[in-house]
Amino acid sequence: MTYIAKPKFHHPGLKKNELGYTHRDYEGKISTLCAGCGHDSITASIIEACYELSIEPHRVAKISGIGCSSKTPDYFLGNSHGFNSVHGRMPSVLTGANLANRDLIYLGVSGDGDSASIGFGQFAHSIRRGVNMTYIVENNGVYGLTKGQFSATADRGSKSKKGVTNTDNAIDLVAIALQLGATFVARSFSGDKTQLVPLIAAAIRHKGASFIDVISPCIAFNNHAGSTKSFDYVREHNDAVNRLDVLVGRDPIAVDYAPGTVQMVEQHDGSRIALRKIDADYDPHDRLGAMTFLQKHAAKGQIVTGLLYVDPEAEDLHEHLNTVETPLNALEADTLCPGSAVLDKINASLR
Amino acid sequence: MSDKKPISSVNDFVVRFANVNGSGSASANELFARAILRHGVPVSPRNIFPSNIQGLPTWYEVRVTEAGHLGARGGVDMMVAMNPQTWDKDVAGIEPGGYLFYDSTKPMPSTKFRDDITVIGVPLTAITNSTYTDPRQRQLFKNIIYLGALSALLDMDPKVIEQLIGEQYKGKEKLLSSNVHALHLGRDWALQNLKCPIGLRVKKADKVGDRIFIEGNSAAALGAVYGGATVCAWYPITPSSSVAEAFTSHCKKYRHDPETGKAKYAIVQGEDELASIGIVIGASWNGARAFTATSGPGISLMTEFIGLSYFAEIPAVIMNIQRAGPSTGMPTRTQQCDVIACAYASHGDTKHVLLFPEDPAEAFEFAAAAFDLAERLQTTIFLMLDLDIGMNHRLCRPLKWDDARQYDRGKIMTAEMLEEGRDFGRYLDVDGDGIPYRTYPGTHPTKGSYFTRGTSRDRYARYSEEGPVYADNMQRLVRKFETAQDLVPRPLQANAERPTKYGVIYFGSTSPAMDEAIGLLEARGHQLDRLRIRAFPFHSSVASFLAEHDFVYVVEQNRDSQLRQLIVNENGIDPVRLVPIVHYDGTPITARFIAKAIGDHQDHLKVTPLRKAVS
Repeated sequence: MTYIAKPKFHHPGLKKNELGYTHRDYEGKISTLCAGCGHDSITASIIEACYELSIEPHRVAKISGIGCSSKTPDYFLGNSHGFNSVHGRMPSVLTGANLANRDLIYLGVSGDGDSASIGFGQFAHSIRRGVNMTYIVENNGVYGLTKGQFSATADRGSKSKKGVTNTDNAIDLVAIALQLGATFVARSFSGDKTQLVPLIAAAIRHKGASFIDVISPCIAFNNHAGSTKSFDYVREHNDAVNRLDVLVGRDPIAVDYAPGTVQMVEQHDGSRIALRKIDADYDPHDRLGAMTFLQKHAAKGQIVTGLLYVDPEAEDLHEHLNTVETPLNALEADTLCPGSAVLDKINASLR
Repeated sequence: MSDKKPISSVNDFVVRFANVNGSGSASANELFARAILRHGVPVSPRNIFPSNIQGLPTWYEVRVTEAGHLGARGGVDMMVAMNPQTWDKDVAGIEPGGYLFYDSTKPMPSTKFRDDITVIGVPLTAITNSTYTDPRQRQLFKNIIYLGALSALLDMDPKVIEQLIGEQYKGKEKLLSSNVHALHLGRDWALQNLKCPIGLRVKKADKVGDRIFIEGNSAAALGAVYGGATVCAWYPITPSSSVAEAFTSHCKKYRHDPETGKAKYAIVQGEDELASIGIVIGASWNGARAFTATSGPGISLMTEFIGLSYFAEIPAVIMNIQRAGPSTGMPTRTQQCDVIACAYASHGDTKHVLLFPEDPAEAFEFAAAAFDLAERLQTTIFLMLDLDIGMNHRLCRPLKWDDARQYDRGKIMTAEMLEEGRDFGRYLDVDGDGIPYRTYPGTHPTKGSYFTRGTSRDRYARYSEEGPVYADNMQRLVRKFETAQDLVPRPLQANAERPTKYGVIYFGSTSPAMDEAIGLLEARGHQLDRLRIRAFPFHSSVASFLAEHDFVYVVEQNRDSQLRQLIVNENGIDPVRLVPIVHYDGTPITARFIAKAIGDHQDHLKVTPLRKAVS
């Protein structure tokens, strides 16, 4: 985490989005992560996705736990409120924030140590509640800040930088998210911005619990031979089921994809996902199929990436709770307090 | 045959019901208490129940007290012994001259009774078996039948009970008539076969006034509704669960948009206490009034987040319904044992605001006030109830609300203020009271955003590990805590009739027993000034009270005299001058206990009772 702000000046000719913002308006402070860290690539992808969606930066609340990944919200959307909570407990803080004001966009950033170990329970329960959020796990399979211990997503048989072999089974957060009822589930690779940016954009547009597991190699402690979370390993085993683009209903976008394999998914807010299916048989609306597909490919050592499941008709926690449209934090005493006359009646009923 | 004169008392006695958990006796027993209340006679009932669903012993005690003493008295004048498992203990607990009421269907050996009590046998099982065929009906109506018999024995007006049954089963005529029938079965049997009334009698009076009868947890939940709480996140734990359940019930009645039917609240049963307080902190950070309700083990789990709330300065309200600890302790027994754990919760240097209501009326007031305090001070506020207040009906003054009252949302910097060019530093002490301004997320496109974190930062919320920057922040937090002294409810002092150099400090649910104990002590000639502490941080009047008295007794319901520790710690006072009076067996403290403990100590100090001095 840094306190070094980026210089404000920028080239006057920088391209602007629909709201007149440039990329720079979506940036944050200078990253203090290691040079080449996959997390910085995810940061760049978040910036790109928010720019492309023409999101007002201050309408985003970015919430994280503790760890390398959880430092990253400081590095994007500098005009947004951020919250670096406690280890593994981002999901509950985000849930509360979301309950208070349903009008903001909630971006939860977490790591594999954060979400698959200490915060595994909170991860699970925020997903099953259908909190309207984009939950990104920056997954490097290792504890970077404490210098290289295995995390719970480290594959069995993979080796640490010190040469120790991991004998524990790995937790596959994508598989868990599917089982828990996440209505948008994707996996990507920090080194594949082309795939990742539209996935983040689509997840932000999705109403409900969106989960993206991003394999993000740790350049310092998990980028060696024997690691299954290294750049080389992921590139060699990445099996993308689809590529996508997000159409938000402004300029018509020519879909330049291979013929016969493009599927349009319309979301609740009218945005559409143009899904170019690389695996022609893959159906992203089939939760059970996605779970089976994942397991089969995992058994072959393949890392399946892309949009794995989406329910475009999903409901979120506010709908489950039937809350008013006005954000709860905007309700005043005149609408919240029943008043003294009601209290008098309550008193009378208690005698 | 009794060899001691039976107790004779009108409107001043204790009846205890010994039952088996799950037998359906609770509603009949509560009906008994309410019926006496409807006679215009104050009652102070208490549940004494096991941490189990069914089968273990449970007791319900009703103190009938025309004098209005609402603390537990100690001792039992009449035992309604309906549990064979606890028979010996129940019989042994009856005051000499007291009464034993039991089911006499099966003969009992004489060794099971005592010579110094009056034994009253009613063949309850025989009566129910001859009237009902359904086993569940037999069980449930047996309770109403013994209530009917008691009404005759204690000279109660059956119409009052019938009216209560009518209110309870309004619109359910079949249940109403069958319950009234059972009531009269018992009553008629007693009138025909026993000498009625006995020495204990209920006589109509006018001593209740406009007071209400409510559980502390329900009152606190209502306080949260009136205080503007919109988010409640909780995890079930005895004895706090009824707070969230009552909040849910109140919200369903009073918090739905009349046009859309949508809820102006959100209640989430968290997966654990950690998530519950996390949700509260997230919601409060985003400008909603949020709270959780828990008990000691929940506080233990929440402490990391509580530290974050303190250091990152995020409002939160925690209602802690204390029970006997440590660890799982005695989950259904009362104590005031989380004082230190809450005052200094979490690692590092922390101090938290605690509120100590004495009864449901204050639980309501303090709960509503807690949300103002949390937002004003931007920190966690603990509402410290305990099982004795929380889960027992208590007679208290009516709840009051001033419709002109506005919520104190604290220092919020708005978009307009930011546009005006106001300097926003999240941790900047603009007014010298230690309380900075905050902004809600989404306030302004380019101004006022900041990063909330549990790590050290400067006045502008920029991460910093510089020692002076850290110390500056920690000092400001101390200033804020000092500011809190004048915002929290002040202690209430009541002086003895004559000047005295002895004082007593107490708090929370100890209050009614203390009030009564003062009378007992005065009757023995001991004069004590008293101070009821209602909040931490301690107001300066606490230090004044300590300075004005040679010895101050600190009465509390925990082993280690935690309030005394806190007073010593915060006031730098010589501990010798603070005498601990502690009661911690899980039952509510009694006036008898307090009076004896203080009286004995006064004797040890060779304090000449005033009575002797003037005689």
